[in-house]
Amino acid sequence: MIWKTTEYAGWGQALKATGEVARPERQSDLLSLPPAPAFGLRRSYGDSALNSAGRVIDMTRLDRLISFDPATGLLEAEGGVRIGDLAARFAPLGWLPAVMPGTGFATIGGCIAQDVHGKNHHNAGSFCQHVTRMTLLQRGELVEVTPGTPAFRATAGGLGQTGVIVSAVVQMVPVKGAAMMVTERRAENWDEHLAYLDASTATHTVGWIDGTARGDSLGRGIVEEAESSSGLVKSHVPVATVPMNAPHFALSKPIVRAFNEVYYRRVPARGRTSVKPVGAFFFPLDKILEWNRLYGRRGFHQFQCVVPLSSAPALRAMLEEIANSGLCSPLAVLKRMGPGRGGYLSFPMEGYTLAIDFPNRDAARALIKRLEGRTAEAGGRLYFAKDSLAEGVAMRAMYPELPEWREEVRRTDPDGHLITDLVRRLGLRSAA
Amino acid sequence: MTDRTWIILGASSAMARATARALAGEGVGLLLAGRDAADLALIAADCKLRGARFAEVMRFDARNAAGFAALIERASAEEGELNAAVFVGSMPAQADIDADPGLIGHVVTDNFRGPAEFLHRLAPLLEARGGGSIVGIGSVAGDRGRLGNYCYGAAKAAFHTYLSGLRNRLGRAGVHVVTVKPGFVDTAMTWGLPGMFLVASPDAVARAILKAVRKRRNVIYAPFFWRWIMLIIRMVPEPIFKKLKI
Ligand SMILES: Cc1cc2nc3c(=O)[nH]c(=O)nc-3n(C[C@H](O)[C@H](O)[C@H](O)COP(=O)(O)OP(=O)(O)OC[C@H]3O[C@@H](n4cnc5c(N)ncnc54)[C@H](O)[C@@H]3O)c2cc1C
Ligand SMILES: NC(=O)c1ccc[n+]([C@@H]2O[C@H](COP(=O)([O-])OP(=O)(O)OC[C@H]3O[C@@H](n4cnc5c(N)ncnc54)[C@H](OP(=O)(O)O)[C@@H]3O)[C@@H](O)[C@H]2O)c1
Repeated sequence: MIWKTTEYAGWGQALKATGEVARPERQSDLLSLPPAPAFGLRRSYGDSALNSAGRVIDMTRLDRLISFDPATGLLEAEGGVRIGDLAARFAPLGWLPAVMPGTGFATIGGCIAQDVHGKNHHNAGSFCQHVTRMTLLQRGELVEVTPGTPAFRATAGGLGQTGVIVSAVVQMVPVKGAAMMVTERRAENWDEHLAYLDASTATHTVGWIDGTARGDSLGRGIVEEAESSSGLVKSHVPVATVPMNAPHFALSKPIVRAFNEVYYRRVPARGRTSVKPVGAFFFPLDKILEWNRLYGRRGFHQFQCVVPLSSAPALRAMLEEIANSGLCSPLAVLKRMGPGRGGYLSFPMEGYTLAIDFPNRDAARALIKRLEGRTAEAGGRLYFAKDSLAEGVAMRAMYPELPEWREEVRRTDPDGHLITDLVRRLGLRSAA
Repeated sequence: MTDRTWIILGASSAMARATARALAGEGVGLLLAGRDAADLALIAADCKLRGARFAEVMRFDARNAAGFAALIERASAEEGELNAAVFVGSMPAQADIDADPGLIGHVVTDNFRGPAEFLHRLAPLLEARGGGSIVGIGSVAGDRGRLGNYCYGAAKAAFHTYLSGLRNRLGRAGVHVVTVKPGFVDTAMTWGLPGMFLVASPDAVARAILKAVRKRRNVIYAPFFWRWIMLIIRMVPEPIFKKLKI
């Protein structure tokens, strides 16, 4: 059968949809389908990969590597290829994708449609800045799109609204090998944390933040800096699967507090340097398959904002509110971003980005709402890949190039066949 | 051993693709045979980038035996160990067959007659080389005729019986034959069908297949637990079985 009726969800499991899903096994299957939005591995937390009002196309079986030129590092691959798969295959040959998100279970299509960033954003910019060509399925035709055009800027970070990303050419960068030299050090509080991030000259820099620490320790965490390295390391393979939804107390306050304490103390006060497999550094959470079940049946939300450099004090105030709420989970990340972005709706801006998971509870949803307000006041923006709660008016105001995007999307999908739950919820395509 | 070559029949199937990829990782040469040339070209490119010694597209249509010779000739040009895996198969809905019994001919050709004739023409070459393996994908559906798909099941049963005889013959020349009986696998064949349970990924089946080849197993179920499920199903006495709707 072509269409399978099923319930499916975003990674946070809090938002779900029921509908017909097609999963083409080859390009000719895809070309014979009526227009519908596509999804990859649904690692977006909210509803960007859902369509409760119609059909969707699962792209994960279109996952072939098409060509690679070792002279230029240009790799062409289908939209369903996993980033982690690329890293595993090419790192031993001395190449990595220029930008990789924090999970290897993101597809090339998903990385383009959210214009994802990695731990090297301050140096390398966003994913689409390293894409040299995309082949889209637009209104039943295959269309090639290249950088510097409105079509490209509308597709980069464009939430799949300009067409199905069938394949793309991405620039791989040379690396020393399949290992990373990682230096970790403790940052005792917010000021030290930001100072380390600001001063870092490393290729990859990211901060893990203890969202439960308060008072003098507010903002404490561990700053990781890394460079590519040669050397023999065991490959990074999943070690466990979370077999079922956990009970709701699994990530309750005392447990998170205890976990964070141990996690923080694990790095000695003087810091440490170690060599890790590429996967262990870039995709630490992929070691545990289906970890989203730890949050139980009700699922969870991730709040991620970026604020301009000058709004650091506002971000500190947000963290304070989070820490005082006692709702935070162990997964919290602070990072300094550069200005690089590839499209009209790309998330990055020069500044600091904070990403924190919260269990799906009334109190957490209310907190996220307040954080969203504070983000807007701080001149920042929220990330479509993570959002599931924002208001359309506020969100639209955070993306000043929305009109340019809309114009292009109106041309490529005039009848709105590619609209997803997120686009509908936030009213992104309706002229405001 | 990098001088191994595998002929993959029905290489566009998700199960075949997963197997070809795993073999590519071991550096073997691949002759990817099937009907969808455009798709096979992508699979070949993918396998080459994943380490295959070579990957070439060849035409194979189970309903056109006249085309078999070209593929066998191409394979014979490769030195070293030759192997073949047959993923070809088709499963029209039983209701469609009930409406047009003429479809049974295709079911038999796709699942049994074409693959068997091809393997029969290939067998002397493998015997002459004195090694290599043949993998035939059958199905748990071939273990007992069930209401839902007994024409397909009958063709698979014929293929199982054929493979068992071929194993008997080729074993004498050092060529090993593995019969693979998959349960439900998450491919185009089962996508959206009602009543699916314990569905295995194509990758898991591919791993089981290659392990069976390495260990020179004769008949495997994939995943393994289908052996026990089918044991029970085969033990149900016919007077009771004929009343069941499973
Ligand atoms: C543990 C974890 C860590 C993460 N870390 C980061 C990070 O560091 N940086 C970051 O930027 N993001 C990060 N993310 C978010 C993730 O990278 C993005 O959500 C990414 O889009 C997921 O890719 P996907 O293939 O799962 O896409 P999906 O979630 O399935 O889809 C995302 C969007 O892309 C569209 N889409 C997908 N494929 C296609 C296609 N072929 N054609 C057209 N449209 C398509 C969908 O319609 C949807 O709008 C993380 C997520 C997780 C779970
Ligand atoms: N999926 C399951 O649950 C399951 C369970 C038990 C057994 N099996 C068996 O596993 C094998 C692989 O199937 P699949 O699940 O991967 O489904 P599939 O994608 O439908 O694969 C079937 C393959 O057979 C090919 N084929 C069909 N008729 C052909 C013909 N006349 N000539 C040449 N090739 C032909 C198809 O080629 P085209 O690309 O040209 O169409 C396709 O590549 C089949 O033998 C199937 O019976 C599957």
